[in-house]
Amino acid sequence: MEAGVVVKVSGPLVVARDLPDPKMYDLVKVGKDRLMGEIIELRGNLASIQVYEETAGLGPGDEVISTGEPLSVELGPGLLTSIYDGVQRPLDVIRAKYGNYVTRGVEEPGLSRERRWAFTPAVKVGDQVGPGDILGTVPETKVITHRVMVPVGVEGKVSEIKEGEFTVEDVVAVVETPKGEVPVTMMQRWPVRRPRLYAEKMTPQEPLVTGQRIVDTFFPISKGGTACVPGPFGSGKTVLQHAIAKWANAQIVVFVGCGERGNEMTDVLLEFPELTDPYSGEPLMLRTVLIANTSNMPVAAREASVYTGITIAEYYRDMGYHVALQADSTSRWAEALREISGRLEEMPGEEGYPAYLGTRLAAFYERAGRVVCLGKDRREGSVSAIGSVSPPGGDLSEPVTQATLRVVKVFWGLEDRLAFARHFPAINWLNSYSLYLDKVEDYWRREVEPAYAELREEAMGILQREAELQEVVRLIGIEALSDQERLIMETAKSLREDFLQQNAFDDADAFTSLRKQYRLLRLIMTYHRLAARELEKGRPVEELIDLPVQEEIARAKFIPEEELERFDRLEEKVAEQLAGRASEVRA
Amino acid sequence: MLKEYLTVKEIVGPLILLEGVEGAKYNELVEVEFPDGSVGLGNVLEVEEDLVLLQSFEATSGLNIARTKVRFTGRGLELPVSRDILGRVFDGLGRPIDNGPRIIPDKRLDINGNPINPYARDFPTDFIQTGISAIDGLNPLVRGQKLPIFSGAGLPHSRLAAQIARQAGVLGAEEEFAVVFAAMGITFEEAEFFIQEFRSTAAIERAVLFINLADDPAIERIATPRMALTAAEYLAFDLDMHVLVILIDMTYYCEALREISAARKEVPGRRGYPGYLYTDLATIYERAGRIKEARGSITQIPVLSMPDDDKTHPIPDLTGYITEGQIILSRDLHRRGVYPPIDVLPSLSRLKEKGIGPGKTREDHSPLSNQLFSAYARGKEAKELAVILGEAALSEEDRLFVQFSEAFEDRFIRQGEYEDRSIEETLAIGWDLLRILPRAELKRVKEEHIRKYMDNMG
Repeated sequence: MEAGVVVKVSGPLVVARDLPDPKMYDLVKVGKDRLMGEIIELRGNLASIQVYEETAGLGPGDEVISTGEPLSVELGPGLLTSIYDGVQRPLDVIRAKYGNYVTRGVEEPGLSRERRWAFTPAVKVGDQVGPGDILGTVPETKVITHRVMVPVGVEGKVSEIKEGEFTVEDVVAVVETPKGEVPVTMMQRWPVRRPRLYAEKMTPQEPLVTGQRIVDTFFPISKGGTACVPGPFGSGKTVLQHAIAKWANAQIVVFVGCGERGNEMTDVLLEFPELTDPYSGEPLMLRTVLIANTSNMPVAAREASVYTGITIAEYYRDMGYHVALQADSTSRWAEALREISGRLEEMPGEEGYPAYLGTRLAAFYERAGRVVCLGKDRREGSVSAIGSVSPPGGDLSEPVTQATLRVVKVFWGLEDRLAFARHFPAINWLNSYSLYLDKVEDYWRREVEPAYAELREEAMGILQREAELQEVVRLIGIEALSDQERLIMETAKSLREDFLQQNAFDDADAFTSLRKQYRLLRLIMTYHRLAARELEKGRPVEELIDLPVQEEIARAKFIPEEELERFDRLEEKVAEQLAGRASEVRA
Repeated sequence: MLKEYLTVKEIVGPLILLEGVEGAKYNELVEVEFPDGSVGLGNVLEVEEDLVLLQSFEATSGLNIARTKVRFTGRGLELPVSRDILGRVFDGLGRPIDNGPRIIPDKRLDINGNPINPYARDFPTDFIQTGISAIDGLNPLVRGQKLPIFSGAGLPHSRLAAQIARQAGVLGAEEEFAVVFAAMGITFEEAEFFIQEFRSTAAIERAVLFINLADDPAIERIATPRMALTAAEYLAFDLDMHVLVILIDMTYYCEALREISAARKEVPGRRGYPGYLYTDLATIYERAGRIKEARGSITQIPVLSMPDDDKTHPIPDLTGYITEGQIILSRDLHRRGVYPPIDVLPSLSRLKEKGIGPGKTREDHSPLSNQLFSAYARGKEAKELAVILGEAALSEEDRLFVQFSEAFEDRFIRQGEYEDRSIEETLAIGWDLLRILPRAELKRVKEEHIRKYMDNMG
């Protein structure tokens, strides 16, 4: 085979001359170790290549071979429960074969070639099929049925369909098309930088329930929506991302650890097989795909990792599943972009980031959404994308945060001030927002409780009022407040401590269903409404605070999901004690 | 056969541009022969056709264009290792400087190492008792963690790091441990303090020291932490030891990196530091950890001084994004004579939840630390309020919290430099302090723990 020749090496950037028929974003192999790389610039007979592996030891004269294909991922049964690096090499297989370190030039397919899967056909010989139609199913894990679809571009009559155990390379069906017979396997390949196709895009409607109270009740995200989690270090971005990966009611979770800590990925790896999915009762790992490109792994592969992740997410969406894609952290991805851009000597935009940072970020988040999938049954699927952002010094005016905020619809602003006070999740309830609120409110009205939205609004108002009052207290002292205002402070404190604060490490508190969130919020607001009524009757606020029942309200978050009727009794108690105190005083 | 070139074209700061070179490799180690015959080391930063850009680890004063010779070694920068490196002192490039015998290597290791496969990692869960209450009680260190000390000029971070190195041990474990110490750009006196410290406690037998002083070539510092971590990896994963790595001071390392970046005229990121500072720091910090089925481990304590005590400066900021928490020293506590001046509120140990609790330390450890945190935070808040409004404006309760926070600083945080508190002692002090507060305020600890640990004390 003809080969190009390396002329320049600068960190992860390699320039090669005389590559035969180079195309932008073609995958190439560099040097005698066959390091993976991708063409990112063409000038005359020179091709600039970003190399996904450490380039030490490369030099001018080394050969470069083009594969003629863009960077692609393998899609098929076996993705779930896997852990991949940024270019879909299976890290577990690599460890078994090459030891504890990720060495260079390792080539391992993303899907096992040996493993056999039980394929059950869903079509008969003679059926007319088109792209996206389901040919058959494979029980990929206990909880997820993998739907084997007709690949894009294949349309015709089924001339052969098999049943039984096959590997991903075995032909399971043959489709007779106008251009001839096309054999179909359970595995497809798809270039990561190209969004997978769908029939129709729709606006998101249903909430993606995360079990996190501040998220679900105050700043909800929809299935098919986008959200970002910016925050300085130590404010709990990763803990929140992990909590969502654990408890979200998505059917599939793709978690991309992009340029972050190795130990965090280990944590997920060791914990997810142990944890039970609250919806299926099976280990969480059975619905999870992990992509780990830690901060010390090559920077170009980090750039690719988010695309690898979202392509896998889209693939499951195309089967008709609701998928949550989480990227932690998109700032590290942007930094990888910046590093490569710097090596290309491009004219920098803000803070050295390339001028196309905004468009790349927007294009990435646009791949989320709720869609009607290809295929005759018009099934529906969605990809929700949640990206963390790590702004330097917690400064939200920096380019990555700003470019992200322009495209995402939900903003969960984490603050270190809250984290220092051990208020977790440290989401600031005053500046966070969700643009899906109106859609989600419709859902609440239909599925949970007609009064939910109203209750939320009232609670939010109290929290906002508290912030204003706190200023006054700080300057003049609590005595300056009227009784009504002191009640607001009291309720707001309860909202913060008993509702917003949630311990991700406590088994009973880590997940709260929408129904329980509503009951908990109603309990706190019942106290507030009744106490406010008593105030109107002229009773002093001192009689209405520090009630014994408030301690029970504080513990209400630990009431198990199956005992929600206990909230009824608690609400009665609130009423009794607010009134009861009154009679005591009168007597 | 080494290839030698006399074709230097440009010398700019620490950078040397060479032309007419054949077969140079990226990141290759070179020997630079000065006109006076002395030899320094350097490595290849970039190759383009026959042009090679080198960084010299030696100061370039005395180099000239006509008579400087450059030899290409055909390999990267390596560290020769064997068990005999224990007890030895090396310079920043791994050459012995203690007049001891040459190291006869078991093997030579590339100092850049390879990233640990995330799948091969084991999660750090073994509590390390440092004997320092502010760390053990509130921000505990676990084996395999990377926990930096954020300090400032004039704060006693050296004494604290030395105390940790002296006292650190895992409860109930008798295992081989070692300390790898890397000094980057610190003064002779500071370095001498550590060497004496290790000598006086005989810890030097179990220590490997890499010393690059303030007046040593700045660029050499770029290799120093990697030398140290290569030694640490060898000790931990080849010789099954538990290794504590102290890197001091990472700020000077980053400045050396900035110097190279500026000399290369790269587009600067924040405050002139290169855009790849995060990635570069990660390749250092991420070399901590544990590996499944391996007996050894690497725990890292990098020390860095925050310019102007500013936590948002790029160096502490990016460090905080990579490491698993941080110990922050407070100038205010130091001024008031509290040693160790650890500001516990913004300090954090991310791995704490997995390292403490029943079977590891004690069942009440986690709730007690939460209670101490929140009570101390409230006390400090009340104190600030008192500054504005006067003591009289405080409620009775708030006054108790102020009293608590003062006692907490005085008895819990403050301790002797040679005082090695067991975790039981630390927890006991915590419980004793909580007696200052009304019992109804102890919301984060369980009633049974209060009865068991607070009421039963003498």
